[in-house]
This record gives sequence, C-alpha cells and structure tokens, in this order.
Amino acid sequence: MRFALVGQPNCGKSTLFNQVAGYKAETGNFSGTTVKFKETKVRVLGDIIELVDLPGTYSLLGTNPAERVVLDYLIDKRVDVIVNVVDATHLVQGLLLTLELMELGRPLVLAVNMMDEAVRQGISGDGEKLQDIVGIPVLPLIASRGQGVRETFRQAWRAAEKRIKPKPLPYSKEVETAVRDIRENLLEKVFPISRRAIAIKLLEGDPDVTKRVQAVDEKIGKKVIGYLDTLCHSSTRQAVWMIAGERQKTARDISARVSSRGEAQLSFRDQLDDFLLHPLFGYVFLILVMGLFFWAVYGIGSWLEEPLLTFFDGLTAQILGRFADSGLIPQLIAGTIQGIAGGIAIVLPYLVPFLLGLGLLEDVGYLTRIAFLTDALMHKMGLHGKAIVPFILGYGCSVPAIMSTRIMEDKRDRFLSAALVTMVPCAARLSVIFGLVSFYLGPWAAMGIYFFNIFIIAIVAKILTRFMPEDSPGLILEMPVYRMPTLRTVTAKAWFRIREFVIEAWPLLIAGSVLLALLNYYQVTPYLDLVFQPITWLLGLPTQVGTPLIFGIFRKELSMVMLAQALGTTNYGAVLTPEQMLVFTVFVVFYIPCISTIVTLRNELGAKRMWFIIGLSMLVATLAALATRLAVIAF
Amino acid sequence: MNLLNVNNDRWVMVKNFRGGRGIQRRLAQLGFLPGNRVRIIRSAPFHGPLLLEVEGREIVLGRGVAAHILVEYI
Repeated sequence: MRFALVGQPNCGKSTLFNQVAGYKAETGNFSGTTVKFKETKVRVLGDIIELVDLPGTYSLLGTNPAERVVLDYLIDKRVDVIVNVVDATHLVQGLLLTLELMELGRPLVLAVNMMDEAVRQGISGDGEKLQDIVGIPVLPLIASRGQGVRETFRQAWRAAEKRIKPKPLPYSKEVETAVRDIRENLLEKVFPISRRAIAIKLLEGDPDVTKRVQAVDEKIGKKVIGYLDTLCHSSTRQAVWMIAGERQKTARDISARVSSRGEAQLSFRDQLDDFLLHPLFGYVFLILVMGLFFWAVYGIGSWLEEPLLTFFDGLTAQILGRFADSGLIPQLIAGTIQGIAGGIAIVLPYLVPFLLGLGLLEDVGYLTRIAFLTDALMHKMGLHGKAIVPFILGYGCSVPAIMSTRIMEDKRDRFLSAALVTMVPCAARLSVIFGLVSFYLGPWAAMGIYFFNIFIIAIVAKILTRFMPEDSPGLILEMPVYRMPTLRTVTAKAWFRIREFVIEAWPLLIAGSVLLALLNYYQVTPYLDLVFQPITWLLGLPTQVGTPLIFGIFRKELSMVMLAQALGTTNYGAVLTPEQMLVFTVFVVFYIPCISTIVTLRNELGAKRMWFIIGLSMLVATLAALATRLAVIAF
Repeated sequence: MNLLNVNNDRWVMVKNFRGGRGIQRRLAQLGFLPGNRVRIIRSAPFHGPLLLEVEGREIVLGRGVAAHILVEYI
C-alpha cells in the first residue's frame, strides 16, 4: 500500500513524516525545504506501507518545479490514500488544496495540524462538523509532539483498505456543466486519477496535462476551447480564475461554519518582528547573530581540532616507529589514519556545530526574516531575497544549496544562484579555511577570506548579470510564525546531514588518502602535479600541491588532508609560507566544485550549464588567487 | 493604483493583476485573489520587499512583484 503526504508549505508534513519514519526528511520552518519527495517503508497496524513525503504545494497548479513534482506524482503513481495535512491556523488556505485533492478520486483523510498553535491564537474549531461537510475523515494532529499521529494513520489505512473515495464539492452550474461534459468525453483509464480531475485540469489550462490528453485523443481539445470561451464570456474572467475563485469561496464558507476566532490580540510575533525586522536594529541583530554563529563554530571547532590532530599525529608516529623501514605497508597505514583523522579532527568539529546552528535558525523561523532583510542587497547582485537560502545552505554543503534553488520560479535565477553558490565556501572548504588559515594565521585572516569570497562572488554576479539581465518578478515568500524549535528536530536534522558526510564522503576521503599514499609510494604524483603545474607556477605554490588539488575535486577537504601526504607533514607552518597558505586557500575556495556538486549541477541544470560553471569556477579561482598573491607581494 | 502606492497599515482590496500567467497563478495561490483584502504590515529599507497581510497570512513580496497587483482603497 502507498500513502502520500500532501500539504502546503510549512504545514508540518515533514514533521509528521519524521514522526513515523524516524527522521529521514529534513524539516524546516521555511517553505520549500522538501524539494524532492522522499519515500520510506513504515509499519501501520502490522502492515508494511510505503510512505511518500511530497514537497509542500499551495495548489495542484504546478507553477514551480517543486510543485510540479506533486502534481506529476499524483497523476502518474498509484496512491492508495492521500493524507492531507493542513495548518489549523490557516484553515481557509489549507482547505483550498483539500478541495482540489477531493477531485482526484483517491481515498483521502484530512489531518488538521498545529492544533496547539491554534488554541494559542484563540481559534476554536469543530472537527466533527468539518467531517460532515467534507465527507472525509478529519483528525486533529500535533505532529511536533507526536499527538494524533497513530490515529491519523489508522484512519488512512482504513480509508485505503475500504477504498472510500471522497465526494467532490460542486462548483457553480456553468463550471459543473463544462466539467461534466468534458469528463464524459474523456477516455477511461488513461491516468490513475479521476476523469473529473483531468477535466478540471484541462479547463485550468495545465499545459502538461493538455498535451498528454491530446496525444491520445485529439478531439477533446476543441471541446475544451469551446467551454473556455463560454466560461470567459459568462464571467469576464478566465476559467482558471473562475474555478480558483469558487474554490476560495467554498473554503471560506466551510471555515466560517466550523471555526471561530477569539480575541485577536497583538501577538508576540508582531512585537518580535517590530524589533527583528526593524530598519536599523534588524540589521544590527542580523550581524550579531551571524557573527555569533560563526564565532561559535570557530570556537568549538578549533577547540576540538588541535588536541585531535596532535593525537592522530602521535598515533601515526608511534605506528611508523614500529616498522624498520618506510615500505608500502606503513605508508598505507599512515594514509588510512590520515583519512580517518581528516574526518574526525578537521571536518566534524566544524560541521557539527555549523549544522546544529543552521537548524536552529531555520526552525525558529529566522531564515525567512534574513531573506526579507537582505532582499535589497541581493538585488544588487541581480538576484532576490529567496536566493539567500541557497547561499546560507551553501555554507553547509553545495549539494542541498543547489537543490534548494528549485524554490525559485525563474530559470535564469536558478542558474545564476547555482553558479554563485558553488563558490560559497561549504563546510568542507570551511575546514580548509579554518584548519589552515585560521589555525596558522589567526581567526582574522579566516574572516578576511570570507569577506574576500563575498566580494569576489559579488563581482562575478555583477559580470554575469550584465549578460543575463534581470527579468524575474522577484521575491515571493511566506513569512512563517516563530516556533520553539525542539531539540529532537534540530539534532535529527543535523544528524541527517552529518550522516551523509559519514556514509558518502568519509569513505571516499579515506580511500583517496590511501590511494594518494600508493601514488606517493610508486612515485606517480610528480606526473599528476604536472597537470596543475601551470597554475601552481603562476600562483607561486609548491609543485606538490597539484595532487591534493586534483583530489580536492573528489571532496574539498581532501585537498587539505592530502596536503599532509603530499608535503610529508601535518605541520603546514613548516613547509608553507603564510602567503602560500592564503593563495592556496583562496584557490581551493573557488576552483572546480566537488564531484557530488558537479553531479547535482548536471541533474538540476543540464550538462551544458554544468560545464559552464566548472569552467567559470576555474577561471575565477585562478584570478582570485593571483590577485591575492599580488596583493600580498604589494604590501 | 498598485500596491507600491499604498501607505503602510491601510487595508486595500485586490482588483486585478498585471503580468504573465505564471506569476498570476503564484499570487492567487498565496491569497491575492480579486476581492481579497490586503494590508502592508511593514517594508524593508533600501528599497526592499514588503511584508503583507492577506487572508490571515503574512507574505513577503519584492517590489517588482508588488507592482503587479492592482488595488483600490476600501
């Protein structure tokens, strides 16, 4: 059996999913956190079912890629029951989607989430009455605390088992006539959803559905166009608006009948927003928060990094001491230890606090406020406030950052932010910046690299937008309420991302380290170094850093860990001058994105754009590093 | 008159849209349907976006988008 979770952004779908699936989806107090659907198998009443978490969508119109995913999934896949999650504090808007889902002719249950928040806002509702009106099971839910989850799934299972189909609520007479007539003329069993839903999609002018229906039946197109004309004449509005307007009216009527709003008080939220979104204090607070954030990450990271590195260096020395000569075996062992040490001592100390902090900001609801405050700034780079999300995520990892560009409607915006986001130093590059520059040259130098990075990105953005003028409408975003983040969701989310590093990247890192030891032993590395020699020569770096740079394409932190292998010590201060460290780090920050990022770029934007971004990053890296070198020489 | 010409904290009613179909749909989903009431709660400095109240939700719109929504005073 397959259950699908459908709901609007920020209604708590992913929270519900995590309650049953044991934290596999990322939740966030931000619309568009789930851009891909996630599937998992869970046990309900002793049966194993497949549970799908679909991206948040306001309607089934499919206007941006994330929403298209939902529509396509519901049209093409066999879903046994849809669990529709709505936010109790926004019942009217939630019901709009429910009304659309009722058309599909699939078993449906309605879970009214955030009942606690509704009570806090003085909203009281009558679930039984709502159930009578819509004719599908209605269940109260507080997903964040796991209340009502079991009953929701029990009812969903029952609806699926008995194939209880919802009865769609009727539209006005004109629309109904058109819908019914088109429905009667549609061939049966072309799509797994009801013909009524297809008829409505045709009237709404969905380009995809229209094309697909016409492929099997050419005559229907004429009929639809005929009705579109009739409807347009009778109401002076396009059919899509007429239908949307009627749904809105129905949703509002239902909400008025089943819920009542108590005293509307100036909420805590408004008072907090008055300060946090203040034209002056808002920015002061923003800088403070970001400063505190990076300071904490640096503090915790370096506090852990030093003793851990010493420990692993000692371990390596001790093991190597047991061998009489430096043959292949000790080299391989040393390589393995260096790979393990790279993960534990250099990456995780920074990655863990960073992800915890980011999760906290996201769940509290501050991330959207940052978008609001920085929209004007982002416009200077030819983007808008929504692009701040990929940018902030980019400081964690480029892969989710590039995926999150899906929340943007415009193709040009997506490409531009993806191209720029690959240059944002991710946590892996963070480990190079902190491990090398901050560790040897002090935190201010590391801070300088970050500012220099932003400066370069701004320049690249300026140049790119010259060739791709801004024509997108701009920022469209829902401002979430402030929510108290729970320890469980924040840690679970951080763990979800850390696990990705541990499972996918770390083995690669260790393998790379061993491979490099092998290459070193058989003295192949000089040939690899040749590939990067024009650049290392130009930048005044030791030739041996060529190999680490090549390995850095696998994983960015490898370029740091491998440096130890290539230079034969982890005490970089002894073999690199401060100038070389700066130049090397600047180059590492910008040059070719790592393999997983490259793959994501290809999936999201296509091969041509992927190659363009790779070429661009190489060019930018060389120029930026060269500028650093010249600047250091000049002063 | 579009939304940019409205003072903060004044309630207005959505009359019509300008611009392409995609953006119209997007706005309709968020509650900007003809006849609905809208209020500007606050605006960000440096020509930044507007924070609007519509249908009991708070929505952020960039100025470019806000200019697409035609409104009238109630």
